[in-house]
Amino acid sequence: MADIVTMPKLGFDMAEGTLVRWVISEGEAVKKGAVLAEIETDKATVEVESNFEGILARHLVPEGEVVPVNTPIAVIAAPGEQVEAAKETLPAKAAPESPVEVVAPVVAAKEALPAKGEEKPSAEGVAPITLALPGEEGHLPGGVKASPVARRMAEERGISLGSIQGSGPGGRVTKKDIEAFQISPAPVSAAAMPAAAVSTAPTTAASIPATPTPTTTVPLNRLRAIIGRRMAESKQRVPHFYVTHEYDMAAMMALREQVNQTLPDDEKTSINDYIVKAAALTLRQFPNLNASLDESANQIIQHGSVNIGIAVAVEGGLLTVVCRDADQKPLRQISAEVRVMVQRARAGKVRPNDIEGSTFSVSNMGMYDVEHFIAILNPPEAAILAVGSAREVPVVKEGQIVPGLRMKATISVDHRVSDGAEAARYMQALAQYIEEPIRLLL
Amino acid sequence: MPKITMREAISRALWEEMERDSNVFILGEEVGLWGGTYAVTKGFYDHFGADRVRDTPISEAAIVGAAIGSAMTGLRPVAELMTINFAFSAMEHIVNEAAKLHYMFGGQFILPLVIRVVGGGGRQLGATHSQTPDAIFAHFPGLKVVAPGTPEDAKGLLKSAIRIDDPVLFIEHATLYQVRGEVPDDDFNTPIGKSKIQRPGRDVTIVTYSKMLETSTKAAEQLAREGIEVEIVDLRTLRPLDMEPVLESFKKTNRAVIVEEGWRSYGVGSEVATRIYEEAFDYVDAPIQRVAQKEVPLPYNRTLEQMALPQVEDVIRAVKEVL
Repeated sequence: MADIVTMPKLGFDMAEGTLVRWVISEGEAVKKGAVLAEIETDKATVEVESNFEGILARHLVPEGEVVPVNTPIAVIAAPGEQVEAAKETLPAKAAPESPVEVVAPVVAAKEALPAKGEEKPSAEGVAPITLALPGEEGHLPGGVKASPVARRMAEERGISLGSIQGSGPGGRVTKKDIEAFQISPAPVSAAAMPAAAVSTAPTTAASIPATPTPTTTVPLNRLRAIIGRRMAESKQRVPHFYVTHEYDMAAMMALREQVNQTLPDDEKTSINDYIVKAAALTLRQFPNLNASLDESANQIIQHGSVNIGIAVAVEGGLLTVVCRDADQKPLRQISAEVRVMVQRARAGKVRPNDIEGSTFSVSNMGMYDVEHFIAILNPPEAAILAVGSAREVPVVKEGQIVPGLRMKATISVDHRVSDGAEAARYMQALAQYIEEPIRLLL
Repeated sequence: MPKITMREAISRALWEEMERDSNVFILGEEVGLWGGTYAVTKGFYDHFGADRVRDTPISEAAIVGAAIGSAMTGLRPVAELMTINFAFSAMEHIVNEAAKLHYMFGGQFILPLVIRVVGGGGRQLGATHSQTPDAIFAHFPGLKVVAPGTPEDAKGLLKSAIRIDDPVLFIEHATLYQVRGEVPDDDFNTPIGKSKIQRPGRDVTIVTYSKMLETSTKAAEQLAREGIEVEIVDLRTLRPLDMEPVLESFKKTNRAVIVEEGWRSYGVGSEVATRIYEEAFDYVDAPIQRVAQKEVPLPYNRTLEQMALPQVEDVIRAVKEVL
């Protein structure tokens, strides 16, 4: 009997999806696991995989059409099977269980949580984060069938269950699948692959014969491995969102010059010191961004101290040194402390205290002539500020284009803890300190 | 260590305890002159005399009632019921008296009483003489229920049952009397309420007891040839139920099959599976399987009887189901 593929439900609030593109044409053979089509939701474009094997007998939905979830979108038949008959028997409403596997950017149920809280603030004023969200499969968390032990292991190891093909009955993800997922080689070579591809590609007659640069492998040092693990975990598990703001830096540059004139050479302040202080003072008004999500207890921890982590490039990687109580320290003290810690970090003599206990991070790439960039959250922090270079740019002032000194900064925020509006207000409030830096000295 | 049958092991436990404590005595149908329906008390009558090895009328209510009365007045009776099926005739005494008197009298009385019963099917004795109603008795607080699966445990557990001050229902499986095993000669006690890992393994946990330990072990041996390592936890005592080795094993294997000879509904498997779900939910990797007797009165016909009872193949199938 022919199998019916339906529009999958990719999030608890997804009602309909757009069929962007058919990857497999009518009449083509379909293997189990093959990508059938691309569909678009209001959150992401995803590929849908077939759970069936056979011939894609018929597209029931043309490209570009928007259809409600669970609407039949294709018929997959056995080779030689009479399809018309199959079409006759199409259910008006497909079974609630969608026979489609979703790959890649699954909209995690968690991502939708803060939105839910926004819609319906609880009477206590604290958004409940223990809602059992209906997933694709009934009320399964994340819409993924997984055994309890697999679920626990995935959480411990920071693996997204949606990215694993379950081998158990009905596609259930089991302990074995998690273990196999761990063992399979990480895609470390991704960066090296294009280079390798180039070096092995046949050169055309017209091109200058390239001197082949041998491909080398560099073992991961310990720091690199830790960064990789932590960042992968953060990026996979934490729903990030980003807000960018542009700041007028003229006043701060001027102030810094003035301050530095009064200081000996080895005590001169850097722009980063001012930004750390500004970020810390602003956090005082936004305790929810100086926070961590405590998943096990279903609560947000708003930290009492404002400890700013400052990303420092060191040989073979990156460290975050921590300036404690940065909101309460004078600029000069921040500057001195950070300088010493950065020196220790670069000399490989970092102390545990230097790198522990941050509640918010600042990553500044201003020295590299970067227009702007976005950072990955440093768990368990709920936010990180990525700071670009202060650049001379044309700005429009009272209808006139005039030279200006501007800097872009982007905050990355854990969407489970906060929402866009709060982050935007933070970035706005930060401007009061950055653009009127005299406040930093008060 | 000498290899003796379970019958001999039980017999020795009784003999040693009667030699040790003159308050211990035996009562039951045919236990004296005849030497016991299953020949467990052969030679006892001649050695210990008619006062301590008492033949009774064919009335289970009378046997258990007399045992309760003598226990309350200071003796340590070991009552033998020819089969567990006949314990139903003494249900009032077992459930409403033995299991409750210590509680009802605010601890003024102790009931150091053992009721030995012969259980299990598989010997073509018909529907009313072949039951495995162990779970029913394990339902009642106040009654300890012990069901050994090896000769060593039979001896050690029976000696403990006689020595403790609580009423104990001691279930001996009729088809295990001939099974041989190593049993220490010395005076050892096996604690009641302690489950035991009888076979180590890493892939699946089988939880079982009594006769089904033998069935499960055969299944484990076959599975081992296919590279599947089964860990077998023998409950040994149904009440109080010791889940610790079960949970410890399950947290390692994440998969369990519970094998019991009684019927599936409301059975030992239901209890053990539920406790695993309650106490080790985050370790579950597959739905727990229960292997049990088919839900019919046990047939007399040999082929049908064997079909209704859990077989080695049933255990193997269940293990593969959870893997």
